[in-house]
Amino acid sequence: MGEPGTKEPLSLEELEASSNLRTGRKHVLSILVENKSGVLTRIAGLFARRGFNIDTLTVGPTEDEQISRVTLTVDGALHPIDQVTKQLHKLINVLKIRDLEPADTVARELALFKVAADGVQRGELMQIAEIFRGKVVDVTKRAVIIEVTGTTDKIEAFENMVRPFGLIEMMRTGEIAISRGRSET
Amino acid sequence: MRAVDALMECLKAEGVDVVFGLPGGANLPTYDAFVDGGIRHILVRHEAGGGHAAEGYAKATGKVGVAFATSGPGATNLMTPITDAMMDSVPVVFITGQVRTELLGTDGFQEADTIGITMPVVKHSFMIQHPQELPRAIHEAFHIARTGRPGPVLVDIPQDLSRAEIDYEPVSDVRLPGYQPRLEGNQKQIRQAAKALAAAQRPVIYAGGGVVNANASEELTEFVRSDRFPVTCTLMGLGAYPAPDQQWLGMLGMHGTRAANYAMDEADLICAVGARFDDRITGKLSEFAPRAKFIHIDVDPAEISKNVPAHIPIVGDAKHVLAKLIVEYRAIGADPARLEAWWSRIDGWRQKYPLAYEDSADAEIKPQYMVQALFEATGGEAIITSDVGQHQMWAAQYYDFPEPRRWVNSGGLGTMGFGLPAAMGAAVGCPDRLVCCIAGDGSVQMNAQELATCAQNNIPIKVFIMNNGYLGMVRQWQELFWDGRYSHVDMGEFPDFVKLAEAYGVTGMRLEDKRTLVDDMKRAIAIDGPVLVDVRVTREENTYPMIPAGQAAREMVG
Ligand SMILES: Cc1ncc(C[n+]2csc(CCOP(=O)(O)OP(=O)(O)O)c2C)c(N)n1
Ligand SMILES: [Mg+2]
Repeated sequence: MGEPGTKEPLSLEELEASSNLRTGRKHVLSILVENKSGVLTRIAGLFARRGFNIDTLTVGPTEDEQISRVTLTVDGALHPIDQVTKQLHKLINVLKIRDLEPADTVARELALFKVAADGVQRGELMQIAEIFRGKVVDVTKRAVIIEVTGTTDKIEAFENMVRPFGLIEMMRTGEIAISRGRSET
Repeated sequence: MRAVDALMECLKAEGVDVVFGLPGGANLPTYDAFVDGGIRHILVRHEAGGGHAAEGYAKATGKVGVAFATSGPGATNLMTPITDAMMDSVPVVFITGQVRTELLGTDGFQEADTIGITMPVVKHSFMIQHPQELPRAIHEAFHIARTGRPGPVLVDIPQDLSRAEIDYEPVSDVRLPGYQPRLEGNQKQIRQAAKALAAAQRPVIYAGGGVVNANASEELTEFVRSDRFPVTCTLMGLGAYPAPDQQWLGMLGMHGTRAANYAMDEADLICAVGARFDDRITGKLSEFAPRAKFIHIDVDPAEISKNVPAHIPIVGDAKHVLAKLIVEYRAIGADPARLEAWWSRIDGWRQKYPLAYEDSADAEIKPQYMVQALFEATGGEAIITSDVGQHQMWAAQYYDFPEPRRWVNSGGLGTMGFGLPAAMGAAVGCPDRLVCCIAGDGSVQMNAQELATCAQNNIPIKVFIMNNGYLGMVRQWQELFWDGRYSHVDMGEFPDFVKLAEAYGVTGMRLEDKRTLVDDMKRAIAIDGPVLVDVRVTREENTYPMIPAGQAAREMVG
């Protein structure tokens, strides 16, 4: 009995007129969780239920073995995130959440690029890798693998540069982020 | 001892006096432990009935309800009660059997991913991975279910682990570093709220189920009476403020009173306590209470500013916060005379638009009258449960609840079939009270099997079916908003409820005459044991007044 009670079909404009607030920027959520089974599913489920896309997600151990850190990025231009962070707080195994301010945060991502490198192109490719402080970690006759670490922007810039060479495969870890200064993230 | 024997000890340590459930392969060990466990277990006929019974028990007593089911279909049958408990913040611990650990993830016989399926609708859940974890998990489950904003917690126990031998030591603490509900409320914010209330010319106190959950009715009543504040309750909050009363405006929302809805519409300050601005309250959100500022008191921070931005947010439970608010408010010494004009406006609405219906002149029983007759027959003293539909709204409108935990219904999820098993649970939890269910003829069929449970255990609930032969609320919407094109709402004369009652070993009665209705109801109530009463009411009566879905309070019809 929850739906508007008329026979009129609902227009697409009406469907799209959503009232929730969007922040308009990328959010990096740093979430400390108890290292227990199912935690990640619970977190991901809160986003899925709202139809939100998680852009990147990383999970790893912390200095305390009972605690893991989840770093998650989501686009605040597409999704209102205030409600979802409040819901995250309610998860019993979630200990702490920070919505990191980009200016006060050091964020890094690792990416591996497998690029076609037949003879002539190879030198140029190496040069580009050097400019981006990339590391060539594997070379075969027809391809090289380059490792790049940096901000998402830098990795995207590198991707744009090597794409014309023939980007065979790319893998990215998703961002991890740590707050600047003495205080804990 | 075996993990399941420890389970029995944990339940006793938690003060559990009764559980509801139904056994199967995966929880055979648990059921073996029940034999000497010293815990009263009531065998239900469907796990959903057991789940709702646990909810009814919890709602009526304020204690944690407990329901058991086996793996697979037993667990999936609990889906509706679990979701219902989540939506209405009911403290229930659900304990399910699971297949042996070696079968997990293999599509073993009667395997369902119970933890996965229920994840979005539990407050928390525990998958037992080592038998030694069980006692702590049980105590943590109870702690989480009953504290903060209450809710359902599920514990899933693989069959092999439940049989395992463990070193049982009573657990005296819980270790939940990520779970610390804030109860107290920020003093500065509370002072702000007191000031805003003292300055308000047209305030309304809007109270919800959170007041009942926090056992804060006394505080609410004292707060409302610390000035001449008008007060209204949600469907879930009925009884939180004693009705009827001078300052009581009746229920608000879709089928609330005009006085309550118009007061919200014209208010300059709304103080929400343990209520969540559900769409059944706000109607069209953009036009909801356009002139009002909002104080929002809730134990769940995620509720604050979820639907309506709060000007003064207060995170804390109703009992603590209201107690402090009363002190702060009294200290200001506001002048009640400022509310004179506001009350004359409200009283105008009350006089002009009382809850009313056109009564019949003959034997015909109007559904509204049926509720009034039950009020009279019970002296207003019963615990009333209900199903979902028109009868539920009429029950909420026409039965006044003088105290909390008298009104037990499914609000958030709107679960047909809730009323009968919930009455069963309430009656088991409150053996000294009269428990009546105002049931729908459609709804009651969704859990009628529990009549057998009532008969076998002599649980003396009185079920009054408001029989209109229709899925009445849907019929009403089709009539009003879909040009009267009735589509699959007519249930005809089926089943014969009197025969059904008798088949279950329950007394059956049929009432069709308004003139003797009150006395007939009294007779039914006087019968020792469970009774099912088929009350034939006007078939096509509509529930009014009404805010059509998605419209504003000012647009109330009927
Ligand atoms: C399990 C379930 N299925 C469907 C609905 C939709 N629904 C809401 S009210 C209603 C009619 C209920 O009929 P009845 O129990 O006879 O109550 P009445 O409205 O006639 O008083 C229905 C089908 C529901 N709330 N719950
Ligand atoms: Mg009906």
